[in-house]
Amino acid sequence: MTVPYTDQFAAFSANGGGEGPAWLPALRAQAFERFSALGFPTTRDEDWHFTSVTPIAERTFKAVKAAPTALTLSDIEPWLVDESWQRLVFVNGRLEPALSNFSELPAEVQVSTLSEALREEPEWVKKHLGTLAAFDRAAFTALNTAFMQDGVVVRIPKGEVVEVPLHILHVTDTQAAGAAVHPRLLVVAEAQSQLVMIESYVGLGQASYLVNGVAEISVGDGARVDHYKIQRDSLEAFHVGTVQVTQGRDSIYHSFSYAAGAALSRTNVYTKLVGTGGEARLNGLYVLDGTQHADHQTFVEHLAESCASRELYIGILDGASHGVFNGKVYVDPIAQKTDGKQTNKALLLSDKARIDTKPQLEIFADDVKCTHGATIGKLDDQALFYLKSRGIGSDNARALLTYAFAAQVLETIEVDALRLLLERAIFARFTNLALE
Amino acid sequence: MLKISDLHANASGKEILKGISLTVNAGEVHAIMGPNGSGKSTLAQVIAGHPGYEVTGGTIEYDGKDLLDMEAEERAQAGVFLAFQYPVEIPGVTNAYFLRAAFNELRKARGEEEVDPMEFLDIMEEKLKLVEMDATMMQRSVNAGFSGGEKKRNEILQMAVLAPKLAVLDETDSGLDIDALRIVAGGVNALKRPDNATIVVTHYQRLLDYIVPDSVHVLAGGRIIKSGGKELALELEAKGYDWLLEPAGV
Repeated sequence: MTVPYTDQFAAFSANGGGEGPAWLPALRAQAFERFSALGFPTTRDEDWHFTSVTPIAERTFKAVKAAPTALTLSDIEPWLVDESWQRLVFVNGRLEPALSNFSELPAEVQVSTLSEALREEPEWVKKHLGTLAAFDRAAFTALNTAFMQDGVVVRIPKGEVVEVPLHILHVTDTQAAGAAVHPRLLVVAEAQSQLVMIESYVGLGQASYLVNGVAEISVGDGARVDHYKIQRDSLEAFHVGTVQVTQGRDSIYHSFSYAAGAALSRTNVYTKLVGTGGEARLNGLYVLDGTQHADHQTFVEHLAESCASRELYIGILDGASHGVFNGKVYVDPIAQKTDGKQTNKALLLSDKARIDTKPQLEIFADDVKCTHGATIGKLDDQALFYLKSRGIGSDNARALLTYAFAAQVLETIEVDALRLLLERAIFARFTNLALE
Repeated sequence: MLKISDLHANASGKEILKGISLTVNAGEVHAIMGPNGSGKSTLAQVIAGHPGYEVTGGTIEYDGKDLLDMEAEERAQAGVFLAFQYPVEIPGVTNAYFLRAAFNELRKARGEEEVDPMEFLDIMEEKLKLVEMDATMMQRSVNAGFSGGEKKRNEILQMAVLAPKLAVLDETDSGLDIDALRIVAGGVNALKRPDNATIVVTHYQRLLDYIVPDSVHVLAGGRIIKSGGKELALELEAKGYDWLLEPAGV
């Protein structure tokens, strides 16, 4: 089944994909070889037990044609969220400089495309690219590594605090119908630095395409990275995304993953706490309807003492949608004083909606505090009665409580404009009312 | 205003109310007292329309209407208010939004114009003073992270805003310190009008020092076993309930 991509990889290698420092084509070839050997995962793989990628595997997504986009700033304006954010806008996998604006970042902060970074600092890129996101057992990561093109490289030097959020917006429109894009992101936040980053994916027009993204994020000692991933791809699209993080001593990595788009999506957020005192906060919200399928997998590896991890994932499932949450926590024998808490809550709005939730704790240290909880349910009858007893009718009461269910995790968003955007979106979706 | 006749109600198939009859007129304050498990809270919830209770017999007439035929929200729109013993937390929905939504639902039901957020702010200013609540409470999620006293004050705030004809206070005094009790009772007294009525459900006489009832009813074993004036509450405080229970066969 991977044979069709063999021709594509050969064509890509002959046509630009082979460029760059000598190690890069070698890395791509190695990745493609690994992808060919692995093939797409099947439900026999433990990590993919509840998610069949057959719809992705049984067709061959083309490479995107390198055509200039007709999209203008006004087309993408609704997706910019906040004009003050610094932004890189990609359309169908290609950076669009005319739509981007990141000139107001501090001069010390380096933000560039992967190809630029490869030209200017090949040795630095080599040291980081592909070293966090291992592909030996991950077919989609291997595929991304083989085909990645216009990626983003962000380097925040030691002690630099970037106040303004950096928005990486991926727009995919009907020009990319039937095609695959492989966005790549490399972030190195050096010691004591801080970055707030919003990575968003939107589909314009109903097209079927594959987004297969990989992000590698290194959070240095005492550094903090806030990473918001907002997935609103076309409802006919496929979205696979893997974030692989490594965290130094006393670092904070805060992730929020929102999934409302795509027919089939899989979001992996993996972090390794390698320095003592690190903290990982992994939160997410998925709101599904129709026959949508969204799978979230988190993996927190506690590899040092006194680290904390906090996870809250909330799902709201309507129609015949299917949600999956698989939260893995590994506590190494060395990771004493680990403090881990994981919560997954799902609200089923219809009898045909389905959620599979699987917490997996592997604990090899004895002095640890680790809890996990999963609740699946319907709206609370007592709360419904409370609202009705104040004169609020049944439909509005249900809508308000559905919104309130999502709000528990939306309140963890620390970027006001983004929190408001999602609060309003969820409120409007369930209530027919406006949230002032 | 309210006429309850031979009311029977079940919860989970078990009969809790076994024939309650009670008449409350406009301008009156009635206290329902009784030991734990006597059915006091059930009566309050049945009046408000809690779907968890099944009414198996009897009638409730409210303002000439069949109350039992109305949904909980219709009862609220018609002026019935229940102050909850355990107010529910609603994260993500601000107190301001919730109160205005309720306020406007009631206005709509009366055929009145809805008020916008700015107008509502003015209305709230005065009501907040009544329960000595800070305006910042309006921007917090409904009851989320509120202390016990704040939750009860928030119930009275809702009552002040919704201006019910019939208010039922279900153990509003439970868990309140003396200052909170004074504030809550002060709010209830300030809202008293000749054309509305209040039913105070309580376990203790303490609240009735502040909210003086016209009638006191003792509920035990699902029945009203004794009714009297406000002096009955003092007698209960001194003697407990036991002297009433045995002669009533409870």
